[in-house]
Amino acid sequence: MSSPPELKYTEDHEWVRVVDDVGTVGITEFAQDQLGDIVFVELPAPGAQLTQREKFGEIESVKAVSELFSAVSGEVVEANAALADKPELVNESPYDEGWMIRLRLSSPGELDSLMTAEQYDEYTAQGTG
Amino acid sequence: MSDQPATDALRRTCLHEEHLRLEGRMVPFAGWEMPVQYGGIVEEHQAVRQRAGMFDVSHMGRLEVRGPQAGRLLRYLCTWDIAGLGPGEGHYTAVCRDDGGILDDVYVFCLTPERYLLVANAANADKIHRWLQAHAGGFQAELVDRQMSTAMIAVQGPQSLARLGEVIGPEFVSSLRPRRCGETAWRDQTLFASRTGYTGEDGLELIADRSGGPGLWRALLEAGVQPCGLGARDTLRREAALLLYGNDIDESTIPWEVGLGWVVTLDDGAEFVGREALLGLRDAGPQRLSVCLRARERGIMRAGCAILRSGREVGKVTSGGHSPTLSVSIGLGFVPTELATEGTELTVDVRGKSLPVRVVPRPFYKAPKQR
Repeated sequence: MSSPPELKYTEDHEWVRVVDDVGTVGITEFAQDQLGDIVFVELPAPGAQLTQREKFGEIESVKAVSELFSAVSGEVVEANAALADKPELVNESPYDEGWMIRLRLSSPGELDSLMTAEQYDEYTAQGTG
Repeated sequence: MSDQPATDALRRTCLHEEHLRLEGRMVPFAGWEMPVQYGGIVEEHQAVRQRAGMFDVSHMGRLEVRGPQAGRLLRYLCTWDIAGLGPGEGHYTAVCRDDGGILDDVYVFCLTPERYLLVANAANADKIHRWLQAHAGGFQAELVDRQMSTAMIAVQGPQSLARLGEVIGPEFVSSLRPRRCGETAWRDQTLFASRTGYTGEDGLELIADRSGGPGLWRALLEAGVQPCGLGARDTLRREAALLLYGNDIDESTIPWEVGLGWVVTLDDGAEFVGREALLGLRDAGPQRLSVCLRARERGIMRAGCAILRSGREVGKVTSGGHSPTLSVSIGLGFVPTELATEGTELTVDVRGKSLPVRVVPRPFYKAPKQR
């Protein structure tokens, strides 16, 4: 499995894509595959302040519930409303239509602490589910 | 994203290699290493609802009870009147303790008046074997544990009988009425089949000798039957409101609390373990009932969630999750009898958030009669 090289990754299997000072956060292909069919995603409302690694929501698959942790700190500016009716977008398009929240980054330096695609692929290849 | 528990020391069914070949995701379940899914749970669920799917259920207990008093031994340990079963008939029953608590819910099949088969839950297989062993002393009956010497495959879905006919013979398949069982020659062995299941769909459960298990699995695969894992088995049985021992029933459960009064025969006068206690419990009536709960909003109830009425906890969800057929969360849970009426509105505490639910008729899903 080869993850998109332009993104940064966490050990909790979230990714972040940064454009200017806004980061878009979602879960990885590996994560959606491990979770299986996703049936419900609960996301925060715009305005919520998150710190890096803070829980921002929950994702339920047919199998189980998992927590979502923010890859970066910042203020939520948008949550993906499409997931309310189509949570399966996370399975079908984890890096694109299945994105979860957009944050205005408060500490862009945090990005340096995240994994590159290459590092993340190595991390998941070790079976660290 | 939790760590996978160690899978050493887990038992494997004789279909293990088949699961690996099909890229089944193996998980520990009741001491066994079993496939939770091959592709996706929802896809497998739909295959069973719309076509035909098969499950490796070799982890379930299979105990053959043989001898002139095999039927009497089973009547003594089952709540239902097993003695009334004729050859080729089967029935669902509870096995209760002296105090009426349910040790297991099982299926008993009568092959001949001197040969019966008891199918127990995987988690209870050893316990039920010991329980029968402990009570067999006074009876001319012997127990033969068939769990490790056989494979068991459940084939379920509206097209399952047609697919099975192609593999094991259409005459035999169409001769089996619901809850009936029989044996047929298949390749070089004798195959057991019963028209039973755990999905709410029509189908058969097959038992083959261990040596023939993989060949039977592959023949079904070639006939177009979709392999399905324990994940779909759980979502399917939940929609059909079929109870899962360990979740919806345990040793503290009495039959009337979970709608199993119909498998308790008290009026035939036959003596059986738990009868005295069950007579008293029947007369007293249950204090709580297992009901079907359907969410009225988005959010997913899971086993263990508290059920509330006017902010006060009144019970617990025993099985819960997303229903692929209804696209909403459903669950089973205990509530006081006065709150068990259909239409009663309750809330379920889903990790601190209130999910409004309603008590709905049992089951959530029923297969259409004709297709």
